[in-house]
Amino acid sequence: MDVTNLMKNYVEAVAMILFGIGFTNLLLQKNLIKKIVGLNIMDTATYLFLALKGYIDGRKAPVVVDGVQSVETYINPIPSGLVLTGIVVSVSVTALMLSLTIRLYRRYHTLDLDEISTLLRREKK
Amino acid sequence: MDFVRNFPFISIILSLFSGPLSSILSGKWAKRINTAVIAVIGVMSACVLAYVAGTGEEFIYYMGHFPAPWGNEIRVGELEAFMAVFFCIIMLLCMLGGMKERLTQIEESKQNLYYIMVNLLLCSLLALIYTNDLFTAYVFVEINTISACGLIMIRQNGRTFEAAIRYMIMSLLGSGLLLLGLCFLYSVTGHLLMSNIQQQVRLLTAMGEYHIPLMVALCLMSVGLAIKSALYPFHSWLPDAYGYSTVSSAAILSSLVSKGYIFLLIKIFYRVIGFDIICESKVIHVLYVFGIMGMIMGSVSAIREDNIRRMIAYSSVAQVGYIYMGLGLGTEAGVVASIYHVLSHAATKSLLFVAASGLTDASGGSVRFKDLRGAGYRHKLAGIAFMVGSLSMVGLPMFSGFISKLLFSQEAVGHTHKMLPTLIALAVSTVLNAVYFMKTVISIYMPPGEEVELAESRNIAMREQPGKSVALVCFIILNLIMGLNSEPIIHLIETGLGMFR
Repeated sequence: MDVTNLMKNYVEAVAMILFGIGFTNLLLQKNLIKKIVGLNIMDTATYLFLALKGYIDGRKAPVVVDGVQSVETYINPIPSGLVLTGIVVSVSVTALMLSLTIRLYRRYHTLDLDEISTLLRREKK
Repeated sequence: MDFVRNFPFISIILSLFSGPLSSILSGKWAKRINTAVIAVIGVMSACVLAYVAGTGEEFIYYMGHFPAPWGNEIRVGELEAFMAVFFCIIMLLCMLGGMKERLTQIEESKQNLYYIMVNLLLCSLLALIYTNDLFTAYVFVEINTISACGLIMIRQNGRTFEAAIRYMIMSLLGSGLLLLGLCFLYSVTGHLLMSNIQQQVRLLTAMGEYHIPLMVALCLMSVGLAIKSALYPFHSWLPDAYGYSTVSSAAILSSLVSKGYIFLLIKIFYRVIGFDIICESKVIHVLYVFGIMGMIMGSVSAIREDNIRRMIAYSSVAQVGYIYMGLGLGTEAGVVASIYHVLSHAATKSLLFVAASGLTDASGGSVRFKDLRGAGYRHKLAGIAFMVGSLSMVGLPMFSGFISKLLFSQEAVGHTHKMLPTLIALAVSTVLNAVYFMKTVISIYMPPGEEVELAESRNIAMREQPGKSVALVCFIILNLIMGLNSEPIIHLIETGLGMFR
């Protein structure tokens, strides 16, 4: 095992671990709010990974203020743009999930998805 | 003639802007605009198809005239244009077939919201078909998910809310994996345009570097899109979502939404990674195995259902299994068969959903098989249509389902390792399909039992539901065309796939 590469890229490793945590939370939690928290952890981990890929040590954010236009001065702006787009997407998805959760809570007075399923099955009979 | 090159972009923008426009209109006008938009886009896509077929080569539309590595691109070949035309036809017929149900099942004040969702769905489907940029594809995948969720929950009861949230959870898992996969791909290759990524991937494979990250990215994207298109182990959200939403939603979801993701996956296989690299990897074997499992398990679950809508929904799981099985064969002809099955399943499943809603209308709104007895006599056209759909799903000659099964088995025979499992799975799945579809057909043509209240069930003449009748007749004709005259379509798919390189 080559540990030096892992030490060098430890933030990527952290991002992947966070992604795993978010993914399992979204998949396995019963509580809807915890699921949504999981979703946000998962998305944020991806943005951390992306932002990291665009960052170059010792360079500035790609905003021209003092007239310096050399490529050497700035970091790669594309991943930052992707992160921004991704944040917009995840905000809208989170809003939709939360509103659905509110509707379900008002109807069944619980946040437990399995319990809602049981209530629904009973309702049908 | 070169103005036609703008049509794909115009059709995406047209459907995108008709969505917000519908929000300030009344339900009636929103419906008219929606119908007009789908029809106009269908005609424009047909023009594009004729243009591409005429020139014989694909064309690239540069967004804002920025050239390749910087700008965003739309890439149009024969297959893309054909898919756009086909999706428009199916969507128009689904909307026509479920018109009456929408009026009764959706609140008066929320009628126009439905059309926003449909317009956005069409926009995202077109973008998924045409785009040449992976990140744009991701954004439109999310738009597709959100609007599909809206289509499920617009009929407001506890069932649909639960179905919608389950659908959202599974879809978000899928799009999370897709996003991570394309981040990997971006960090390895440094590009987001499909053709540029492919150049870099070929270079990397030739040098033998970054093999594992590429495979991980490929796995993540395949699994993500498989979850979203309800491949077998990830299908838990599907029966509720299709079974309890309003008819047009169920038909559109089953025939278009999942197919959009499958088409994107095929595009990723061909245009992003390169099909020969895919065939050497192990990923397609996994897809193949899950496809086969889906074919069997979907049918088994369908047999156990006593709700006609949920039965049709489970049958979708089996049909998606067929499609992934074809992809998993790892040959060009297998992919052709899969795309043909995408088309035939889209035409047949929407027919079945609309016909089933006609049958339940004639049985006092019940979806149980025992109440549906004799429904084929009470609503004659729906009965005939359901029979046509069932026979097509089972794979009788003359109908579209037969051709795709023929293509699958023809392709499997030439395959050394996968021949036997494919043929066995096809045979078993056909028998299982026959069991549950024929059971339904027989039960709708049985004389009604005594337990059915006469007041609940009533005869429905064709004139009573003009929209549904027209849609059903068109669906039947479409099915017969695809079953009897399949050669030109198969040829078109083959040339279209040839343009993918």
